[in-house]
Amino acid sequence: MFENLLSLTVWTPIVAGILVLATGGDQRAALARWIALAGALAGLAVSLPLYTGFDNLNGGMQFVEMKPWIDALNIHYHLGVDGISMLFIILNSFTTLMVVAAGWQVIEKRVAQYMAAFLIMSGLINGAFAALDAILFYVFFEGMLIPMYLIIGVWGGPRRVYASIKFFLYTLLGSLLMLVAFIYLYFQAGKTFDIMAFHDLKIALSTQILLFIAFFLSFAVKVPMWPVHTWLPDAHVEAPTGGSMVLAAITLKIGAYGFLRFALPILPDASRELAPFMVTLSLIAVVYIGLVALVQTDMKKLVAYSSISHMGFVTLGLFMFAGNNLNQWAVEGALVQMVSHGFVSAAMFFCIGVMYDRVHSRNIADYGGVANKMPIFAAFMMLFAMANSGLPATSGFVGEFMVIMGAVQVNFWFAFAAATTLIFGAAYTLWMYKRVIFGDVANDHVAEMKDVNKREFLILAILAITVLGMGLFPQAFVAKMHLTVNDLIAHVAQSKL
Amino acid sequence: MMSLYLLIALSPLVGSIIAGLFGWAIGRRAAHVVTILGVAVSAALSLKMLHAFLTGQAEVFNAPVYTWLTVGGYEFSVGFLVDSLTAIMLVVVTSVSLMVHIYTIGYMQEDPGYQRFFSYISLFTFSMLMLVMSNNFIQLFFGWEAVGLVSYLLIGFWFKRPTATFANLKAFLVNRVGDFGFLLGIGLVLAYFGGSLNYADVFAAAPALASKTIQIFPGVEWSLLTVTCILLFVGAMGKSAQFPLHVWLPDSMEGPTPISALIHAATMVTAGIFMVSRMSPLFEMSDTALNVILVAGAITALFMGFLGVVQNDIKRVVAYSTLSQLGYMTVALGASAYSVAMFHVMTHAFFKALLFLAAGSVIIGMHHDQDMRNMGGLRKYMPITWITSLVGSLALIGTPFFSGFYSKDSIIEAVSTSHLPAAGFAQFALLAGVFVTAFYSFRMYFLVFHGKERWMENHDSHHAHDEDHEDEEVTADHHHGLSPDETPHESPWVVTLPLVLLAIPSVLVGWFAIKPLIYGGFFKDSIHIDAVRHPGMTELAEEFHGPLAMVTHSLTTLPLWLAIAGVVTAWVFYMKAPQIPAKIKSTFAPVNTLLEKKYYLDEIYFAVFAKGSRALGTLFWKVGDMLLIDGLIVNGTAKLVGAFSGVVRKLQTGFIYSYATTMIVGVLALVTIWFAQLILR
Repeated sequence: MFENLLSLTVWTPIVAGILVLATGGDQRAALARWIALAGALAGLAVSLPLYTGFDNLNGGMQFVEMKPWIDALNIHYHLGVDGISMLFIILNSFTTLMVVAAGWQVIEKRVAQYMAAFLIMSGLINGAFAALDAILFYVFFEGMLIPMYLIIGVWGGPRRVYASIKFFLYTLLGSLLMLVAFIYLYFQAGKTFDIMAFHDLKIALSTQILLFIAFFLSFAVKVPMWPVHTWLPDAHVEAPTGGSMVLAAITLKIGAYGFLRFALPILPDASRELAPFMVTLSLIAVVYIGLVALVQTDMKKLVAYSSISHMGFVTLGLFMFAGNNLNQWAVEGALVQMVSHGFVSAAMFFCIGVMYDRVHSRNIADYGGVANKMPIFAAFMMLFAMANSGLPATSGFVGEFMVIMGAVQVNFWFAFAAATTLIFGAAYTLWMYKRVIFGDVANDHVAEMKDVNKREFLILAILAITVLGMGLFPQAFVAKMHLTVNDLIAHVAQSKL
Repeated sequence: MMSLYLLIALSPLVGSIIAGLFGWAIGRRAAHVVTILGVAVSAALSLKMLHAFLTGQAEVFNAPVYTWLTVGGYEFSVGFLVDSLTAIMLVVVTSVSLMVHIYTIGYMQEDPGYQRFFSYISLFTFSMLMLVMSNNFIQLFFGWEAVGLVSYLLIGFWFKRPTATFANLKAFLVNRVGDFGFLLGIGLVLAYFGGSLNYADVFAAAPALASKTIQIFPGVEWSLLTVTCILLFVGAMGKSAQFPLHVWLPDSMEGPTPISALIHAATMVTAGIFMVSRMSPLFEMSDTALNVILVAGAITALFMGFLGVVQNDIKRVVAYSTLSQLGYMTVALGASAYSVAMFHVMTHAFFKALLFLAAGSVIIGMHHDQDMRNMGGLRKYMPITWITSLVGSLALIGTPFFSGFYSKDSIIEAVSTSHLPAAGFAQFALLAGVFVTAFYSFRMYFLVFHGKERWMENHDSHHAHDEDHEDEEVTADHHHGLSPDETPHESPWVVTLPLVLLAIPSVLVGWFAIKPLIYGGFFKDSIHIDAVRHPGMTELAEEFHGPLAMVTHSLTTLPLWLAIAGVVTAWVFYMKAPQIPAKIKSTFAPVNTLLEKKYYLDEIYFAVFAKGSRALGTLFWKVGDMLLIDGLIVNGTAKLVGAFSGVVRKLQTGFIYSYATTMIVGVLALVTIWFAQLILR
């Protein structure tokens, strides 16, 4: 049953999305919701065997599928996952389920289209993580943006046009250069787009640096790294709750994944040369963005900036070189941070969505004393706020801890700057929590808030279990990635000049 | 044995989960029954453990529970290390916790958050047990932050009060500053001590690193052990509220009184003391770090004591007293007298928990008025609270035969034998501190239990003081005070029973425990002292001739007379001649203001750190993000594209221009191809 497993994870949500679209207008919205839920469940169900059937003792690609696609250009439909991409496919399928549930009652107009957009996007994202052919990757990578544009553009807030243009401008900047880089590599590798073949190419350092810049512009925007991050707060603010959840939980990860799959193994020498640059930008993200998050007045912006700051740990960990070698703590920490941030940021955006649905404001100043009216919600949000602050026993701690431990081994001051997140992360998260949740009931809108309903409770509870589970048993995730990371480190340590 | 230790650690957690998640269903009574049962199981088993260690029947236990993480071939497990050091902490934590659980039934009986409160204090007990039972740095950090979390939740328990939510955020953030250093210290341990974070492995690796240096600043070589130990100690400074990270502890008094006793006096704040004792094999190797510890402890012991003198809130007096006593313990650590520090942790836990709970009882009797200026003569109305308070105060100031006498005198003796440069200052600070402690303790005692009954006369003043607490009808700890026709009353038995039960060890535990604990080799290998470089404890052991000899010896030494002088001064000032303190106050007004403003540290920290980081954040946001990146680059590009397409659109208006358009596109294409070729080469 494992031959076509990856294809199933890609196409199950897409087919389900098309089925949802077929229900048509809002008169059959209920049907659309149930089909979407079934599709999302099926998508998660077909992705779980990737975990259970994964061979921990194999660092290479597993569940590989390969069929010719465009013979003239030697492009293949080539899928496969290693211990890194497998985790993200599951995370994505899980997030899709959360998102479908999150939009269940909230979205009342164009329900079918909304649900379909998320399902189709989910399949495309799985495709991007599983693709082993550069063109296939490119198609998925660009394709998944279309549903996201629509989600922000159709179901978004008042400034959605500005946000989506900004998003567009930023991403366009990079991804075309990435295509140029792929075409260059295609010729170098003897007319193949096989990513694994790219990994074995010998490339001169000056060329590596040019290619690195091309990849950097594409992936750094996605992560996003400072200073190409300013699209993210706007996109989050305008996106509906589900859009924000996917954006934070998954879309950002594709950028970091790109560094991992392309920049590091194809261009190890350039990566080493430019590591100080990457580390500097990452640390700026952690400290500078942490401070920016502190002064936000809009909850969604605050969490968006907090995402950028947390993603700084990812890029920091991925480029933590000591001599020729990447530091294993840092790389695995970066990966754990990516998965954890998927859970925590989705939960934070969902929490904000729950409050927004009741009060229709994202302004911190419009709240106060929510705990009086929504004690169950307040307890859940406390947990997620603590996870966002990196409290041990939540998933938020593990990745940051590992990256800091790795950084100390390389340079004390990297760790010093990164560890300030212990203070700033707690400051911006808990200060917001204090102003929104604590205190006396601030106004009539808050006074009318009702505690979470069963659907919201279920979503919050599932996210809480994942956040705690990953904090208490990170080994379940890390064990899967060890060999892949070892192989990556060994591969990157080899000069390709 | 593993199942026994799991039972000790997990039974409070089970109680906490039941009361926390299902408290709404099972009701108040079941919630306190189940949590008290959980803690009682832990306490009983802990006592059994301690007994086994005291009689030499118990073996040191060190084993993993489950693998949390593996990286680079090393396993990082949750695991237990139970030795005599752990055993003593287990007993202190679980017994005080049990007393506080029982007391809470009375103290919180009218509070709507009753089940939530029990859930929190049981969760705290679990976290603290995980901290003290850990056999590795990661789990230590887990427990470390977890107790910080529960402390945060409990300080902000009455979350409607702005002062409470300010205090809990402050406490969490100041602790995070400490944890920041702590985590970096753990990082250095991981990086240089052989790749493991198990205590046993790290301590085994340490001797070989004695002369290892690292460059934190390029070109400057520092001892690895010194840097590591100081960073670890920064963590202890946060948790154990040592200067300059002490500022959160007085504000933590916003929390309900039972947790002030449990968390902010008896147990959590001693976690730093415990941690340094646990790490004694590391700290023993760095005299620099020990000097730093001596200085931080000495400053805290003396200067926080001064602040206790000017407080009028009964809880705050006890809070500053706690700070000062934590300073004493820290000084003991710096003098390599780890066993003495742990001894004082234990005696202090009992008499300070007693003092806090007694203060809580007074607060109940006064209908939630905490201002000592409105009290007086309470001994008539609250006899049990009165006697137990007196016992606690006598223990605190180091009255012979009381527990505090043995631990505090031992600390002063220990620091006098230390040869470190900072020991002289520390010794002076501790001696001066003895007088200050006796003075503020008996100032409080006289103001509360003796003298005129002031609650009738001072009614206006304390109502003015209460303006910031408006939500009185909901919370139990609100400050409304007695109405003119009321008198204070003794608290119910659930409140007074813990007082009596804590008063017993406050008197007796010093006499019985000093010999086995400090001089009987109880701690064995769990505490390591480099006797060649730090011979103080060996010298003390030679001079020790039993608890009775200590008392007779004390008659000829300074501390006892300083304590007596403090009590007498307090009696004169507050019983006989109340015009004297008023006179001193007006004569030395600037000093008084400095003390009342707590050395202005809160103001400075707020201006520099809170406002500073907000100003920096605003600058980065408005100038960096909005003006430079968005305004100049992003929107600039968008405008440029807009302008360009405007030009292109004009080109297409007439037939002739389409040629030009084609041409431009052609040129662009050519340039692109040329550029592509350039790269392809």
